Amino acid sequence: MDITFHLNGEEVTLSGVSPTATLLDWLREDRLMTGTKEGCNEGDCGACSVMVTDDRGSKALNACLLFMPQLNGKSIRTVEGVSSPDGTLHPVQQAMITHHGSQCGFCTPGFVMSMVTAHKNGATDHDVQLAGNLCRCTGYAPIIRAAEAVEDQPVPTWITEEPQLREPVPTAQNHSPYAPRSSDELAAIYEKTPQAVLVAGATDVALWVTKGLRDLEDVIFLDGCTDLKQVEITDDEVWFGAMVDMNTMRDAIAPLHPSYGEMIRRYASQQVRAAATVGGNIANGSPIGDNPPALIALGATLHLRQGGNRRSLPLEDFFVDYGKQDRQPGEFVEAVSFARQEDTLRCYKLSKRFDQDISAVLGAFNVTTKDGVVTEARIAFGGMAATPKRASHVEAALVGQPWTRETISAAQAEFDKDFTPMTDMRASDLYRLESARNLLARYYAELNGETVSVLEVVL
Amino acid sequence: MSNMSKTNSGPVAKPLPHDAAKLHVTGTARYVDDIPVPAGCLHLAFGVSTIAKGQITSMNLDAVRASDGVVMVMAAQDLPFTNDVSPSIHDEPLLSDGSVHYVGQPLFLVVANSHRAARVAARKGKIEYAEETPILTVDQALQADSRFEDGPRIYQKGDAAAVIDAAARTVEGEMELGGQEHFYLEGQAALTLPQEGGDMLVTSSTQHPTEIQHKVAEAIGLPMHAVRVEIRRMGGGFGGKESQGNALAVSCAVAARATGKPCKMRYDRDDDMVITGKRHDFRISYRAGFGDDGVLQGVEFTHLVRCGWAQDLSLPVADRAMLHSDNAYSIPAIRIESHRLKTNTQSATAYRGFGGPQGMVGIERVMDHIAHDLGLDPVKVRQANYYDAPPSGGSAPQGISDKKKDNTTPYGMEVSDFELHGMTERLLESSDYEARRAEIAEWNKGQDHLKRGIGFSPVKFGISFTLTHLNQAGALVHVYQDGSIHLNHGGTEMGQGLFQKVAQVAASRFGVGMDLVKITATDTAKVPNTSATAASSGSDLNGMAVKAACDTIRDRMAEFLAQRHQCDVGSVRFESGQIYVGEDVLTFEEAASQCYQGRISLSATGFYKTPKVEWDRIKGQGRPFFYFAYGASVTEVVVDQLTGENRILRSDILHDAGASLNPDLDIGQVEGGYVQGAGWLTTEELVWDGKGRLSTHAPSTYKIPACSDRPDEFNVELWSGENREDSIYRSKAVGEPPFMLGISTYLALSHAVSQFGDAYPALDAPATAEQLWSAIRRVRDGV
Repeated sequence: MDITFHLNGEEVTLSGVSPTATLLDWLREDRLMTGTKEGCNEGDCGACSVMVTDDRGSKALNACLLFMPQLNGKSIRTVEGVSSPDGTLHPVQQAMITHHGSQCGFCTPGFVMSMVTAHKNGATDHDVQLAGNLCRCTGYAPIIRAAEAVEDQPVPTWITEEPQLREPVPTAQNHSPYAPRSSDELAAIYEKTPQAVLVAGATDVALWVTKGLRDLEDVIFLDGCTDLKQVEITDDEVWFGAMVDMNTMRDAIAPLHPSYGEMIRRYASQQVRAAATVGGNIANGSPIGDNPPALIALGATLHLRQGGNRRSLPLEDFFVDYGKQDRQPGEFVEAVSFARQEDTLRCYKLSKRFDQDISAVLGAFNVTTKDGVVTEARIAFGGMAATPKRASHVEAALVGQPWTRETISAAQAEFDKDFTPMTDMRASDLYRLESARNLLARYYAELNGETVSVLEVVL
Repeated sequence: MSNMSKTNSGPVAKPLPHDAAKLHVTGTARYVDDIPVPAGCLHLAFGVSTIAKGQITSMNLDAVRASDGVVMVMAAQDLPFTNDVSPSIHDEPLLSDGSVHYVGQPLFLVVANSHRAARVAARKGKIEYAEETPILTVDQALQADSRFEDGPRIYQKGDAAAVIDAAARTVEGEMELGGQEHFYLEGQAALTLPQEGGDMLVTSSTQHPTEIQHKVAEAIGLPMHAVRVEIRRMGGGFGGKESQGNALAVSCAVAARATGKPCKMRYDRDDDMVITGKRHDFRISYRAGFGDDGVLQGVEFTHLVRCGWAQDLSLPVADRAMLHSDNAYSIPAIRIESHRLKTNTQSATAYRGFGGPQGMVGIERVMDHIAHDLGLDPVKVRQANYYDAPPSGGSAPQGISDKKKDNTTPYGMEVSDFELHGMTERLLESSDYEARRAEIAEWNKGQDHLKRGIGFSPVKFGISFTLTHLNQAGALVHVYQDGSIHLNHGGTEMGQGLFQKVAQVAASRFGVGMDLVKITATDTAKVPNTSATAASSGSDLNGMAVKAACDTIRDRMAEFLAQRHQCDVGSVRFESGQIYVGEDVLTFEEAASQCYQGRISLSATGFYKTPKVEWDRIKGQGRPFFYFAYGASVTEVVVDQLTGENRILRSDILHDAGASLNPDLDIGQVEGGYVQGAGWLTTEELVWDGKGRLSTHAPSTYKIPACSDRPDEFNVELWSGENREDSIYRSKAVGEPPFMLGISTYLALSHAVSQFGDAYPALDAPATAEQLWSAIRRVRDGV
């Protein structure tokens, strides 16, 4: 595949790029630019963070999870391109020196890139911006001091003035890797090559390559399908195209359903959220994907397309069994939507670490009451079964009952009928079941105005 | 030691940034995998076992050899000389000799033309095994009497059993204390360049270049002089690169010898976590006897130490755990029984604290249990049990009780530098401990689901290698005729700032600015027979060796200059980049040039050995440590009973770095050590399945602290004291001790959990959300 992009301000054109070559390997092995580090090769440590700019702005991304074709038409800035051409340090770099933000220095290039990107975007929620950068030496305190120290400093001109974006090199449509420019093109290609792997943000597929050591034969890159990146919020409905990334989704959801927005914040790091898409999170059918339970609790509808045919179904019906979804060959997720509603949704994510961890249990609760009586209950869990799953017995025990502690207790007893969770490295079956039960009590307490999360406690 | 000429203090004690900080932030600091390699460099990967125990019945590597890009495949029989990478008793073959001892054990070595090609091929081996039942747990190991050494090691003082039996009160208990993955951000890596005549140049991400040199020499059948090992920096070590790099360096050397090509090996993160050793996990049981005042009369500990399949450094690690079973407390009668159990898991290895943290958690758990039993503030119980301060200890108060304590440790060493009375008073005040403890109690009354807790822990950590002969170091210093200074010593840089601190010493000895001093890579050809940069000893040992080398040169310069300028050598001063010789003032550059022309040798080695230490590890008697480093921390947490979710709200730390060589770098060690220690005891859970496979083999499943896990409020101060022993500029070692400040997190969680009921929380570690949830149920509901 032929691609063109800017690297630290210089135009690069490559031909015959392997669809599964990662930016990290290309930088280090082909370009001999070794500033960008490999810490884990799976998007969890952030040592390979780079800044990627396109017409939607600048974001930090993990270079280990970026396939080269995804760069077509974009601007990449690595740690080697952060100082001015005359060698003047970026304020972030200077602050990291002054505040002793580096010790062994191996995570530092990744931190610098996340910080430079946040600084460019004016973001000062440092813990959120840096949740995807692991440091084993400093305990983070000096890094945050450095980040705070540059908040008010202007963005250097050499960072604001990225060269004019490249027009992506057009891609041939008759062989892999495909890079359709619209969902119509995608539908036509995928119908003809249903064996192809769809690559949205690559946060999952890249691991097949970096960890599974697989070679992918037929690949369709979806990034060019801009019509799948639409967010539409009307008086009646909320609609997310499948290619909406999780940072965009977080921004759109937070005002409507703050608890869901907060869950998305914790769902993954800034870098991973910037790449990951809602469609990908649904379509891969993982039992521990965090969006499906929340969307199911909101009563979401999934929109699928195969060639010219479209169909819609309740999201929970999409998940048939472990590794099995109601998706036909050549059919793809086009969008997910749900009705505008009063916000009674609460999403509770249990994991060993708060930020950037896979859920042991994710509970999403959406209970509607009228005159003190439960009129509707939609409760869904991740991590509790082979698929994201509704707690139908629990729901049944709530509906029509008074919204009281007694009703909650009675409904808590129903969890055993809905779930038989498993034990793994994240949690035991007992903890999963009992904490899920307890989350209903948390939901009740929270709607009653109690402080229920340790994250809300401030001294 | 020089007394002929004088300097001012120079850059020592200045808070300079890390010497490589600018290289770090610009991405130009080179790690092993960043070094440009000659064309034709080959890349290596291991094929590893998929079972925990058994014999290999057949190994078909045809598909491996046929895989794209493969140049060569080696199994044990293809190795030319010794098949061993053990740092201790030759029980660790590089490639399996037919027996399999853990899941992830290297069986064969792939040499290919790219990193990926080697990894792909390494998965294509067809191995058949006669599988045996593995020994995975300490219970299984005890039952099978699978252990290192003949039986348990026992250190004791007095008759603990009798004292406990006679005591007014007793507590007993048992706790599981998990291991810890180092998670150095830079994985293990090595690169070899074959030289003429079979010599080998090795670059290795190692804390122990001499050990790499030794193992490579054995593996290629040459004397150590034929092997040169160099390392400029590691991307983190934490003990994980003391012995675990041997396999990669030896593999590269063997492959380079066989192919004549440069060879490089680096572990993918998952391979790194599966193959290499981690911190030892312990089960600690205890029985303690004490009075109604909380004063400990006797305690018995049993340590069940899971050492994994090979001995590695397990004996000194387990010893050090025993040596820290007193922590800061005078214990009249004590017995510590330590079982070093051999299991079919990764061979546990050095990790920051080297067993000390595990031993210390044991006694801190006892203190916590006693305080709970008596309903006393745990701080008061601790203070009542502290060793006495030294008689002439300045303003530091004596112990709370007027009775003079027995100030010898369980291993017979006099504690003559105890700083914790004053430090504790100061920290309790600065952290507002008492008022906060009261406020927390009030707050907790108003909460159903959330409870806060506060914990205090002291640290007394022994400084020196317990293997006495390791307490030595060498240095090589050159002054060039332009006045620039080349600095080299046996220590390695892994981020701790050692190179900068030692360079500050060098600059100070010559009275010059830091710009004249060039820090250079650790190199076995410059300084031989070095000890690992470990045991927190880096600055103490290498700083002294460098000082000796600098002083030798400086004294030669002073003598020559005094003669030439006709003045008394005692009046020559090296200060602020100038040399004052009688009436004359020279720049350092001019002085160096004059000395060169006067045919004065401007190169010197320096050597240092730690005084006063002697230790008999079998008897458990002697003075294993030159001195102790101290610290204390107060941590506040909040816990949710519904889920066990928890968080650190505030931490206050006061740490003793003596007269710090560089206070800012030392504070960096304290902050980072605390967070790493807190991670060990909270979220960092290693899980093996029933087949001995490590389930948590990547950062997706093994959770080190992230940015938001650091305390919301984090107050760190250095204690303004100086080392009572004659260490380098009276500073103290600071690498490991702060790690144990994290123990106050465990104690704060224990306090928070205790708010849910009457029973003692008896937390295991790591205290994950699930562990806490489970403990709360026990405390609250008795289940």
